[in-house]
Amino acid sequence: MSLNLDQVQRIARLARIEISPAEAEQTGAQLNSIFGLIEQMQAVDTSGIVPMAHAQDLSQRLREDVVTETDRREAFQKISPDVEAGLFLVPKVIE
Amino acid sequence: MSQSLINASLKQLSAALAAKQISSAELTTLFLDRIERFNPTINAFISVDRDKAQAAAQEADARIARGENDPLIGIPLAHKDIFCAEGWLTTCASKILSNFISPYDAHVVTKIKQAGMVVMGKTNMDEFAMGSSNETSYYGPVKNPWNTDCVPGGSSGGSAAAVAARLAPAATGTDTGGSIRQPAALCGLTGLKPTYGVVSRYGMIAFASSLDQGGPMAKSAEDCALLLNAMAGFDERDSTSLNRPADDYTRDLNKSLGGLRIGLPKEFFGAGMDADVCAAVDAALAELKKLGASLVEVSLPNSGLSVPAYYVIAPAEASSNLSRFDGVRYGYRAPEYADLIEMYSKTRAQGFGAEVKRRILIGAYVLSHGYYDAYYLQAQKIRRLIANDFVEAFKHCDLIAGPTTPGVAFAFGAKSGDPVQMYLSDIYTISTNLAGLPGMSLPCGFGGSGAISDMPVGLQLIGNYFDEARMLNAAHQYQQATDWHLRQPTGLE
Repeated sequence: MSLNLDQVQRIARLARIEISPAEAEQTGAQLNSIFGLIEQMQAVDTSGIVPMAHAQDLSQRLREDVVTETDRREAFQKISPDVEAGLFLVPKVIE
Repeated sequence: MSQSLINASLKQLSAALAAKQISSAELTTLFLDRIERFNPTINAFISVDRDKAQAAAQEADARIARGENDPLIGIPLAHKDIFCAEGWLTTCASKILSNFISPYDAHVVTKIKQAGMVVMGKTNMDEFAMGSSNETSYYGPVKNPWNTDCVPGGSSGGSAAAVAARLAPAATGTDTGGSIRQPAALCGLTGLKPTYGVVSRYGMIAFASSLDQGGPMAKSAEDCALLLNAMAGFDERDSTSLNRPADDYTRDLNKSLGGLRIGLPKEFFGAGMDADVCAAVDAALAELKKLGASLVEVSLPNSGLSVPAYYVIAPAEASSNLSRFDGVRYGYRAPEYADLIEMYSKTRAQGFGAEVKRRILIGAYVLSHGYYDAYYLQAQKIRRLIANDFVEAFKHCDLIAGPTTPGVAFAFGAKSGDPVQMYLSDIYTISTNLAGLPGMSLPCGFGGSGAISDMPVGLQLIGNYFDEARMLNAAHQYQQATDWHLRQPTGLE
């Protein structure tokens, strides 16, 4: 399989990474060589094999539904690029 | 005195501190001075904080004076810059986190603090731990102390170079596909990736969550055992942390190797391994045999598929994990943008380096509609086949041994233009992560030729689940009989 420029642009858009046409061309060539490596998997018969998501077959732990964290809003907002009145600021999304 | 201290084992340093031959403050100053002198050449550290280190050393000295005898108290250490440490710049070697002062400690950082170790700084690495040469760091590449024209390996290359250059007695690392073992091999160190779930991932910046595991990097198996004792432990804040009774990883160090069966996967000893690496590994196996172990041939028939499966699973998880870097709550934000989407896209375009972007794009693609079954699901099925191979192999042996890397350290630029060539340098280490097994690398000789000669070679040991102590036993016994792990690079006196 081979990715064309439009597909590279589309993935970049999905991943929210701005990419110039020149970059897309270079990236596309590299992605295609990586997909050439990945393609080896397609020759393997895996019918009946249960996918392995995880190294340990454990179910997720449950905990009591109680508050365990302290309020550290100030410390966490201090490192934000833009904060006002306890809110994270982003460009206007609703007119 | 100082020359013997910089080469001392953690146990020797601990004894010197307990006997008041030296204070933690003096020991810390000794290493901080070496960092100041040699880091401009090696570039192993992204940040160093003398004041924080000295304060921690004084606290350790006070604890020692009170008679506390934790085995690592007062010993200086470096953390890989992937571990969040409160009040420390924590960058993951990325521009996108180049202004991130962590507001909290990773579990590993808390544990190391409790053990009384003195953190001197945060080590350089491949950006977001994605790389095998340290060339993807936003802070410039780390140089291999054995030959500064060569890469130190990656992604924990800064930790490896710091210990190899004797800028720190030991360091923490993380390993998603070989990132502890490969740089340990290339820099002549001992490094261990524990069984998945043994060391908490809380506060360890996520790359591929089902594969990531923290571990120790040091000069010997004994040092690694002591450091792993301090790093391991259950943590409810990591949903995959395993709630098991605490292990003492030093417990079997002195056991004889009589009766130990070491499996040699025939797939690890075929074409692809350089002749010098092969010779060093063969000699190490002969030594282990002399120490009482028996060697048996085993097979890991699907190991050739580990690199392809890994480069679906790891980027898929990375694309999801790295979606949190959006310039809103922390980190870098692009200076100019017209709207929200553009703010995200420009922030991520400017904040991530080329390799990180490539992996995010691969991940986004293999998870996208219409490709999920063919790529992601197929990779997860192959992951099962790879893990099953190990289950079968461990019916015939107690440990598996082979090379850590196909060759010794390579020159800067030798592989950075071709991602596939770079990915293949982890061909012997990746299957261990996919299976979730513990693995380690220890120095077993030297190789290379021409301008790149006398470079360290690593022997890899792979254990069954939770068999860290058995791997460390074999490694320690080997290190009692050989002195490869005591060799050090020249020119850094």
